Amino acid sequence: MSLDIQNLEFRSISKRFPGVLACDNVNLKLRKGEILALLGENGAGKTTLMNILYGLYQPDEGEILINGRQVSIDSPQKAGEMGIGMVHQHFMLVPNLTVKENVALCMYNDSFFELDHKAVNAKIREISERHTIKIDPDSYIWKLSVGEQQRVELIKSLSLGANLLILDEPTAVLTPQETEELINLLKEMAAGGCSIIFISHKLNEVKAVSNLIAVLRDGRLVYHGNTNDHSTDELATLMAGRSISLPVAKEKQPSDEIVLELQNVSAMSDRDTPALNKLNLSIHRGEILGLAGVSGNGQTELAEVINGLREVTEGKILLDNEEISNRSPQKIINKGMGYIPADRLHEGTVSSFSVKENIILKDYANPSFSKATFLLNKTISDYSEELVSKFNIKTPGIETTCASLSGGNIQKVILSREITRNPKVLVAVYPTRGLDLGAAEFVHSKLLEARDNDKAVLLVSEELEELMNLSDRIAVIYEGKILKIIPAKEAEKSELGLLMAGVHNEAQAIQ
Amino acid sequence: MKHKQFSSLAFNIGITAFSLFIALLIGAVLFMIAGANPFTAYAVMFTAPLQDVFGITEMFVRAAPLLLVALGISISFRSGILNIGGEGQILIGAIFGLVVALYFPKMHWSLMIPLVFLASFLGGALWGGIAGWMKAYLNVNEILSTVMLNYVAIQIYNFLIRGPMMDKNEVVYGTGASQTARIAREYWLTKLIPGARMHTGMIFAVVMAVIVFFFLWKTIYGYRMRAVGVEVKAARYAGINTKWYLLLAMIFAGGFAGLAGSVEVLGVHHMGLESISAGYGFSGIVVALFGGLHPLGAIPASIVFGLLIVGADMMQRAVQVPAYIILAIQGLIILAIVSSNVFITKKSMKVKVLNLFRKPAGRSPHAQ
Repeated sequence: MSLDIQNLEFRSISKRFPGVLACDNVNLKLRKGEILALLGENGAGKTTLMNILYGLYQPDEGEILINGRQVSIDSPQKAGEMGIGMVHQHFMLVPNLTVKENVALCMYNDSFFELDHKAVNAKIREISERHTIKIDPDSYIWKLSVGEQQRVELIKSLSLGANLLILDEPTAVLTPQETEELINLLKEMAAGGCSIIFISHKLNEVKAVSNLIAVLRDGRLVYHGNTNDHSTDELATLMAGRSISLPVAKEKQPSDEIVLELQNVSAMSDRDTPALNKLNLSIHRGEILGLAGVSGNGQTELAEVINGLREVTEGKILLDNEEISNRSPQKIINKGMGYIPADRLHEGTVSSFSVKENIILKDYANPSFSKATFLLNKTISDYSEELVSKFNIKTPGIETTCASLSGGNIQKVILSREITRNPKVLVAVYPTRGLDLGAAEFVHSKLLEARDNDKAVLLVSEELEELMNLSDRIAVIYEGKILKIIPAKEAEKSELGLLMAGVHNEAQAIQ
Repeated sequence: MKHKQFSSLAFNIGITAFSLFIALLIGAVLFMIAGANPFTAYAVMFTAPLQDVFGITEMFVRAAPLLLVALGISISFRSGILNIGGEGQILIGAIFGLVVALYFPKMHWSLMIPLVFLASFLGGALWGGIAGWMKAYLNVNEILSTVMLNYVAIQIYNFLIRGPMMDKNEVVYGTGASQTARIAREYWLTKLIPGARMHTGMIFAVVMAVIVFFFLWKTIYGYRMRAVGVEVKAARYAGINTKWYLLLAMIFAGGFAGLAGSVEVLGVHHMGLESISAGYGFSGIVVALFGGLHPLGAIPASIVFGLLIVGADMMQRAVQVPAYIILAIQGLIILAIVSSNVFITKKSMKVKVLNLFRKPAGRSPHAQ
């Protein structure tokens, strides 16, 4: 049976990987009922530390103490037996099974042949009543929203007897409202005797949810103490090791010239369901139009139809008054389209290609880089070196494969390529997703620079703060339609949040 | 940096060598079951061909078609298509080459030989292109289509050499051997050493390997094909017409296999006869994988496999074990190479292996 974890202690934990010291002498303490926020940039060692606690890695040095006794956690099963549960960033649920069946998957079943529905139901009811988590045990996972799926994950861990929960960036996929609900839920759970470790780099949430904070930087613990002792700015500085302030768009006189225009555009999703529904949108020269919305409301499809990567079933897309709908991607690129896709590893770059090869991904056939079909290696190398230093891409060399770079640096490779190509329109989809503050700051400043250079920028994001900082106007997309467009300086988080959830005063889409 | 690259190369070679060792170890068990001494068998296999002119020249005779097929396989695999159709592409290539060599008007060899090569390239390209077109535009699984097209090609080939293209003399004398007429002697590929079968085909194949290398890594077409092969989504994003390049990859893959067909016709058999390919279409896949899907890597790989094939023949005579056992060993080698690849490409597996060596004996995770 699982332990009742009264207190947990990491004592001088170190973990080495070839060439990297992922955790360096980390000491941490957590008592029952506390919420510890684990902060740090990408690669700071948060995940490694948690994987050690969850039994996926063994520490090279140091020990873990539970209730004052030293324990060895050599597998996730063992972690589970000790009462440690983990909710991963990507949910581990079977979509075509019900909530009950998913919970039952990880529970011990007495009968070999049939599922003990009663026992599982009773368990789910008990857990959901104790922690006031609302969920219908018989609904299918695929029918649930992302926030509800997360609750299923929580119930799953709890029904296994976990009383110490690790949540890996739990809010990355949630709307502001869902995030708020989750924060309240976690607080209640903590009050009910659960301990929680909350991994995040969103400082506001960390402030709201936790009572303890641990900040990791380059594998070392640089701060461990009460949440209230530091402001968000101070925490950001601790995380980065230098002071960081995300750039904010300066007021600028908008131009009247429309560069990109979508008229009644419809498109289907990969599953052949309507993704865009007669959507209208226009972007002016020299502005950033922020597109807010919960992911899955047509944002990626919108970016793809603009770039010729998805068929437009109805309507027109105009770039500089020239129709580009259903043209080949190459033609659209030639007309001056730049695109920073959401999937930077598999779409924005060919991950097994070198940095150099990725930098010329759209220009290899350009006369300055190839002659009579032969690639001009010297010119390409010089150009790549130039971009690597100009965009401060941290790579061992231009021959290194993109796959071995960090997310932030891969994004810089894409940015350097797309911006240097000098497009008229730049479509950026979730450009800072998963990036740490330092890298996000860089991306933001480059997007603003593009705006100031008279590009029309479409910025798709889930983070309201990012949208409000950078955009000139914010459009909210819901079920493939633009619900409302608000000038960024008049936008309020609460209003945007409601719109993102589909709640609209007039309850009707604007034309 | 250089040091790091070197140690990574050393790791890759070490892992591959180790898995080969395991494959040969299992092969040794097969030898023992067959009642032969594995040490003698392996000794004969790996050393006997290298001990006289006959063995060495035969090795290159086998290596030439293997290398050409492997080049085609490398192009298709690099472009993301698993082409198992080398065998059929060789045969169709051979037919096209034979038609030109047998039925075209007489001309100087310096004109005829390139023409035969061109024809067999086109023949193989046609056969590969069918599978490529089905893959790109109809989304038909290429493994299925290429394997099935092999059977079709074998039947077409057999029909032709037993029927319309059969040597008239065979009919007249009533011997009825299923083979075509002999090709005029001046069209044969030049023998490099008197008395041995080794011909200029290997030189041709090596030149082709260098050309393929330049094509894949130095031209925009090769760039596009490689991009399509490893990341279709990114290739589409970059504006590449991915369907066309899938098709083109199969056209080249088939074309090179077709060249292997005419090399066998012009260099070895000088006519079309049954089982002209001797399984090169399949062995070529192993050669390509063994060469790391790199055209230059395929050169030594093809020689090693040439050695294996010749060695297997000699081994058969030396230890009285069927040469077919070499097919089993080839299979084991494929498994070894493919599974060792996991350790090379997957970081976590690599770390696990390295940790085996790095962990000091004193510390155990289960202590206490």
